[in-house]
Amino acid sequence: MITATASIPESAQERMVAPSRFGDVIFRWLTLVMAFSVLVLVILVGWQLWRNSSLAIHKFGFHFLNTSKWDPVAEEFGALPFIYGTLISSLIALVIAVPLSIATAVFLTELAPMWIRQPLVSLIEMLAAIPSVILGLWGVFVMVPFLRLAVFPWLKKTLGFLPLFTGPIYGVSMLAGGIIVAIMILPIITSVSREILRSVPDLQREAAYGLGATRWEVTRIAVLSYAKNGLFGAVVLGLGRALGETMAVTMVIGNTPQIVASLFAPGYTLASVIANEFTEATTDVYLSALFEVGLVLFGVTIAVNLIAQLLVKTFVNTSAGAVQ
Amino acid sequence: MKSNLRKLLLASLLTTCSVSAFAQMTINGAGATFPYPIYSKWFDEYAKVDPSVRFNYQSIGSGGGQKQILAETVDFGASDGPMSDENLAKAPRKLLHIPTVAGADVVAYNVPEISSLKLDGETLANIFLGNIKKWNDPAIAKLNEGVKLPDTDIVVVHRSDGSGTTYIFTDYLSKVSADWKSKVGVNTSVNWPCGLGAKGNEGVSGQVKQTPGAIGYVELIYAMQNKMPFADLKNATGKYVQASTESVTAALASAQVPDDFRFSMTNAPGEAAYPISGTTWLLVYEQQKDATKGKKLVEFLKWAESEGEKFAKDLNYAPLPQELQKRVLKRIDEIKY
Repeated sequence: MITATASIPESAQERMVAPSRFGDVIFRWLTLVMAFSVLVLVILVGWQLWRNSSLAIHKFGFHFLNTSKWDPVAEEFGALPFIYGTLISSLIALVIAVPLSIATAVFLTELAPMWIRQPLVSLIEMLAAIPSVILGLWGVFVMVPFLRLAVFPWLKKTLGFLPLFTGPIYGVSMLAGGIIVAIMILPIITSVSREILRSVPDLQREAAYGLGATRWEVTRIAVLSYAKNGLFGAVVLGLGRALGETMAVTMVIGNTPQIVASLFAPGYTLASVIANEFTEATTDVYLSALFEVGLVLFGVTIAVNLIAQLLVKTFVNTSAGAVQ
Repeated sequence: MKSNLRKLLLASLLTTCSVSAFAQMTINGAGATFPYPIYSKWFDEYAKVDPSVRFNYQSIGSGGGQKQILAETVDFGASDGPMSDENLAKAPRKLLHIPTVAGADVVAYNVPEISSLKLDGETLANIFLGNIKKWNDPAIAKLNEGVKLPDTDIVVVHRSDGSGTTYIFTDYLSKVSADWKSKVGVNTSVNWPCGLGAKGNEGVSGQVKQTPGAIGYVELIYAMQNKMPFADLKNATGKYVQASTESVTAALASAQVPDDFRFSMTNAPGEAAYPISGTTWLLVYEQQKDATKGKKLVEFLKWAESEGEKFAKDLNYAPLPQELQKRVLKRIDEIKY
């Protein structure tokens, strides 16, 4: 390439490059503006939330984050149970969805016969297109009764010695909330993971086979390990969606602000309390407290994402393709 | 090509002009969701009475309705709860409460073993406080002599979203139970001592229907449409009354209504009065800013309070009693524009 450009006379080179450079400049500025607008948007959202919640921040201070009382009548507000609920329901969702989606992605790229791949991929993408409120209704009328009558009693019988699976069974619960979020983040994690696994060069696989590896070993050493970074990114994307998921969760989580060990007990999330109470909040402090819940959710999302990225940096080897 | 385009432009310009020439006046309102069905019926019917005015009503919730009328971004607001003194003080001019229709909360239950249930305020409060935990509790048994109550746990279901329904329900419990008043209080959403939160009337009724032993409160209209069993309640005179549009109107007729129409009609003293009922209000300024709009709004309000009330029963709302209608109409006459 270098020799090729060098062989063109200088004047001709200038003539060829000059117009394209102008386009480059425009393109560069355009993309810069676009990229910055995202940043500006995030800052504006944060600033607005901060401004609108200043009354509550002023009144409750740090107690807002570490107290559990949510009393609109006495105007005492503490968001701890909501923070807890958001984190736990997202965690449950990840525990269920991550192995399932990555396994699905592996099956789709490595093992499934060609004729079945496309229909399966379309089905998974269709799952992503189901509106949240529809899933919520399905959750209320199909999933929750099924959980209450079949799954939860079984869990209680077999794993009842754990504090996680004790107490009365209502159906609507933290666990039900986590499961519905798992269903909602499954398609995104699967789709992204599949793209990432597909981008693993065949050379990797062929080399592993050449060394006499079995199919499982090829998948583990040559494919998964190569794609680790990307897969982690897919999980973080799913997590981001899980934290903010609102409608379907509100419909099945039971909406009770409390912190208890049992996953059968109802819980509450940050997004749900905003969706539930914002429309009828009439007093200034109440509204401001709901804005602060939004601010906390904003902060939790950013913090969780940062922690996830730190985890990638420390635990996952950053040089893609390195086989351990 | 070019001349075609020009023609098209001209045509579109002409149509926009003609549309604006025959433009109707639009009166904007926002607020409560509970009366939305009757309000939209009114707007539909009123279009036949006066085609020159059109209404645009956004059912964004009472909180939003109060905020928007205070900010004067709408011509009228709507609320399921009366505005607090604190919020009224923020109004730039005198704001009037115009009661329109009334509704009731019923106590729906899911106990397959029993076909009818009687409750009084004290017992109901204790159930929702979490003090009464079993269906065969002596307090319930005493009110339902001859009924064989099962030994099942009571599962309390309440609204998780802020709502006028909750406001009416907690207002009633506060009146009949000192414990409730001091521990929980009255609001569109409260700090519930026990139970599960479900979103909307459909959420509460769905949860009650699915859970054996459940008890919850839903709007009368909702329970009627879904044919859910609900309890007869003991009213202030000691009589057990079933919720219906008639018993709600009876409650309205016996309630003490002050001059500013900010009143609570729960636990009303009438003999036939159903105790957990409440009204809903339109919020309008006494001094209208826009003279023509103000005139049209007043005409509509007058129509709604007289002719409009006739549509209430078909939609399971309780119309205002005659006497109150007259008082409200008199107040509407005082609106200046």
